[in-house]
Amino acid sequence: MVPLSWYLIFAALLFSIGMFGVLSRRNAVAILLGIELMLNSVIINLAAFWRYGDVTQMAGQVFAIIVFAVAAAEVAVGLALVISVYRRRNTVIADDINMMKW
Amino acid sequence: MTGEQIIFLVVALFTLGSGLMVVTTGNLVHAAFWLVSTLFGVAVVFALLNASFLAVVQVVVYIGAIAILFIFAVMLTRKDMRDQGPQMNPGWWFGALISVLVFLGLFFLLQGWSGLSTTASAMPSGFDAISELGNVLVSPDAYVLPFEVASVLLVAALIGAVYVAFNRK
Repeated sequence: MVPLSWYLIFAALLFSIGMFGVLSRRNAVAILLGIELMLNSVIINLAAFWRYGDVTQMAGQVFAIIVFAVAAAEVAVGLALVISVYRRRNTVIADDINMMKW
Repeated sequence: MTGEQIIFLVVALFTLGSGLMVVTTGNLVHAAFWLVSTLFGVAVVFALLNASFLAVVQVVVYIGAIAILFIFAVMLTRKDMRDQGPQMNPGWWFGALISVLVFLGLFFLLQGWSGLSTTASAMPSGFDAISELGNVLVSPDAYVLPFEVASVLLVAALIGAVYVAFNRK
């Protein structure tokens, strides 16, 4: 049987990889890709704590589903913003989007 | 090493390798495809955790909707399919340093926790996790309010996304 620590360390590694993507990518779409990896590692933690705790208490899975919904909302709004910025400014490089009002 | 541990290690290495490719590959379309393989690895991890509903939702929502949305967004925000110039910030090493420090911090935090080596008890016989999940999601005694709030958030976000991306010309 796999101990709980393996899942938690796996999720921590995935979170760190996503964080690296968020901090070092130039393209705004790639930054959102990193955020997706971070949200996925959070869902792994929720599912692992559900499985290794009392499985008749469904709170872990319920909040994993809510994180799914939040991730879908985040990516829809984020990509809409990126597409809108690209239409107006013709760039998706996060460093070049530095005007408060156009 | 039991069979389950070997499967977990193979899936974890596959997922982490794909995740590293997502954040390092120069071509953004390839990064979106690597994201699909990362998400698929996470779905297998959910299956290993007996969370079958989450595994299916991961494939349907994440791979079927979110990853495809990413591929569309990548293709809509460029004139040329090839990526020119560096894809990393000049200070990317600082991001790498912070990520490594965050991982080490989480690792040592976990080391100090007593419940770390817990092993899972067997699933109770006759317990159907999926029907129980369905019950608690609509039961007023349980999680109907967070569930409804999440659905309102999703509707608001999708209407907002359409409004933001709408071409007024």
